[in-house]
Amino acid sequence: MASVKRVISDFRLFGRGYMRNVAGLFFGLIFPVILILIFGAIFSGNNTGEVTVFLQNQDTSAPDISGNFIKALNDTSILNVQSVDASENFTKYLSEHSSSDGIIIPANFSLNYALQQPINVTVYGNPTQSTNGIILGTVNGITNFFNLRAYGGSYIIGINTATVGYESPKYVDFLIPGLIGFSILVSPMFSMVNITAEYKKNKLFKQLSLTPLTKFEWLAAKVMFYIVLAVISFLLMVAVGIFVFGANITLTVWLIPFLILGPMMFCSLGMLVGTITKSVETASVIGNIITFPMMFLSGTFFPLSIMPQYLQSVAHVLPLFYIVEGLNNVLVYGNIGAALIDIAVTLVITLVVFVAAAKLFKWRED
Amino acid sequence: MIPIEVTSLKKHYGEIKAVDGISFTVNEGEVFGLLGPNGAGKTTTIEILEGLRKREGGEVKVLGLDPWGKGYELHKRVGVMAQGFTFFEEANPREAIKYYADLFGVKANPDEILREVILEDSAKNLFKNLSGGQKQKMGLALSLVNSPELLFLDEPTTGLDPSARRAIWDVIRGLKAKGKTIILTTHYLEEAEQLSDRVAIMDHGQIVAMGTADEIIQKHGSAERLEIHGSEDLANYIKANTELKVDYDGKGMISVALNGRIDALAALAAAEQSGLGWGEIRTRRDSLEDVFVYLVSGTIDEHGEIKTEGKTRTLSDKGGR
Repeated sequence: MASVKRVISDFRLFGRGYMRNVAGLFFGLIFPVILILIFGAIFSGNNTGEVTVFLQNQDTSAPDISGNFIKALNDTSILNVQSVDASENFTKYLSEHSSSDGIIIPANFSLNYALQQPINVTVYGNPTQSTNGIILGTVNGITNFFNLRAYGGSYIIGINTATVGYESPKYVDFLIPGLIGFSILVSPMFSMVNITAEYKKNKLFKQLSLTPLTKFEWLAAKVMFYIVLAVISFLLMVAVGIFVFGANITLTVWLIPFLILGPMMFCSLGMLVGTITKSVETASVIGNIITFPMMFLSGTFFPLSIMPQYLQSVAHVLPLFYIVEGLNNVLVYGNIGAALIDIAVTLVITLVVFVAAAKLFKWRED
Repeated sequence: MIPIEVTSLKKHYGEIKAVDGISFTVNEGEVFGLLGPNGAGKTTTIEILEGLRKREGGEVKVLGLDPWGKGYELHKRVGVMAQGFTFFEEANPREAIKYYADLFGVKANPDEILREVILEDSAKNLFKNLSGGQKQKMGLALSLVNSPELLFLDEPTTGLDPSARRAIWDVIRGLKAKGKTIILTTHYLEEAEQLSDRVAIMDHGQIVAMGTADEIIQKHGSAERLEIHGSEDLANYIKANTELKVDYDGKGMISVALNGRIDALAALAAAEQSGLGWGEIRTRRDSLEDVFVYLVSGTIDEHGEIKTEGKTRTLSDKGGR
């Protein structure tokens, strides 16, 4: 009995209204993109991977070996060497620049090198920071190279860099499925909680019940709209992830179940909350109580693995967890077998919530 | 076929008898007004007829259908403007009409409907930006989309200013002229009088009077009276010299009950004979308002609340009649 025409008509009217509402548009489409830009920028660090280190060259002796040494450090592409004038107090300079990483090339470095007399380069650093190890390693490598050359040895051992085929995922790779999950949760959930409670209060549902539109058609139109919104939001975030942060993700058809079931689940859940609560205010509170923990604990912003064990257990009862985990399995790991389990769990939860919402929701009162 | 037939309709909310065994019919092409204060049971009655509420007793036939069981069928053939009509904020009247046309699966001409309710100028203004009167007109427009045989208008002008109210009345008169059968509820006496062919006055869930305004006045009002500006002496003189029933209000107004118009001649002849001075004369009948005041023992204020001797009657006073 359901009429596709009526569903489409309701979809169009709702969609047009949504597009006219700047706040809705912002939270539905723009906000997740802003989040990915902010989080991506915070955690991706320096794209070239260089570690900045301050270097004070106190050597003025000839021949200019120290110059070559510095050039060699720079050429590694590991260090970004910032020169500090020899007249500066080096430790004071470091603290003024909020840095613990520094190198001092002592006076008469070149002369001693030429005379083959021992001379030490000093590396400042905080052993608890990863940059310290990187700088020590690099300086060590270059020093060995110069030592070998000085003793008349020819260039014997060099270093080749290589990567294994499996590139370990970057933070932004986790961020994309997480934020897609976030957007699948937030837009339909907040919107449906609000409009269900609101339409109930101002008797719009009662009015619609006087037309041939059925409540199933009405709900179907909303689900359809939020699926479209989720797909657009997904494309936007993937584009930003790939083009801005060089995310390394795989796009396959296995994404589709999540982009359909997710909005359907949260539309229904939102409608359920709006239906069983007595006022718009209560609906909004209950909606927030459900939404906010799910938003942070489902692996949306941070990988679950960094959370304590008990929080990881909590995550497993949150419906969004399976969507985010599934999206990670598909987008990041390409592990379809594991994703199938997530799809199955998501499907079951979605059907339960959808049926409950459709049953409890009333067009008219007795 | 009689569009609406109601027999012994009952609906209770807990202890409160919202509708207490009312019966009436609405004939084809008629505008029927349900008039009464807030809480009289008007909206409950009309919502039962629309199929929005379930009745607890009695028989209801709307276009020959039981509205509760056959609501889905019925809604395709009737138009409803609910009390305090609202719509999606971000839609304009033209879009709303197209939306309703799609839902009903009918071809509708938005321009024609907008012209009918005098809303062409706001066709593209979003609902949230419309004035109260324009919103009500949009509600009327939507109730017309499916070319209904029967229209339900629940308090179509409540909360509107007088000029917006008159504008809605014009629209309703236009619909009446096109032969639509209309049932409307109102707590505005003037509205019921202006628009309705027949009126049912409701109070405490019961119909306390029904018919054309004249019929109601005839039945429940007092007889025609002659009023003469004059002194108490004159009143006594007329009383002494005629068979008539004469009252004096203590403030210079003599009132003579007339059983026929010939009684007026007798009263005036006596007055002339008396040699006492007398001023302006007029005959007066009870208005619907006078009758209404007797029937529901109070007047209705702007918000539909009953006022009895200066105090507002509250819901808790009800039920015990």
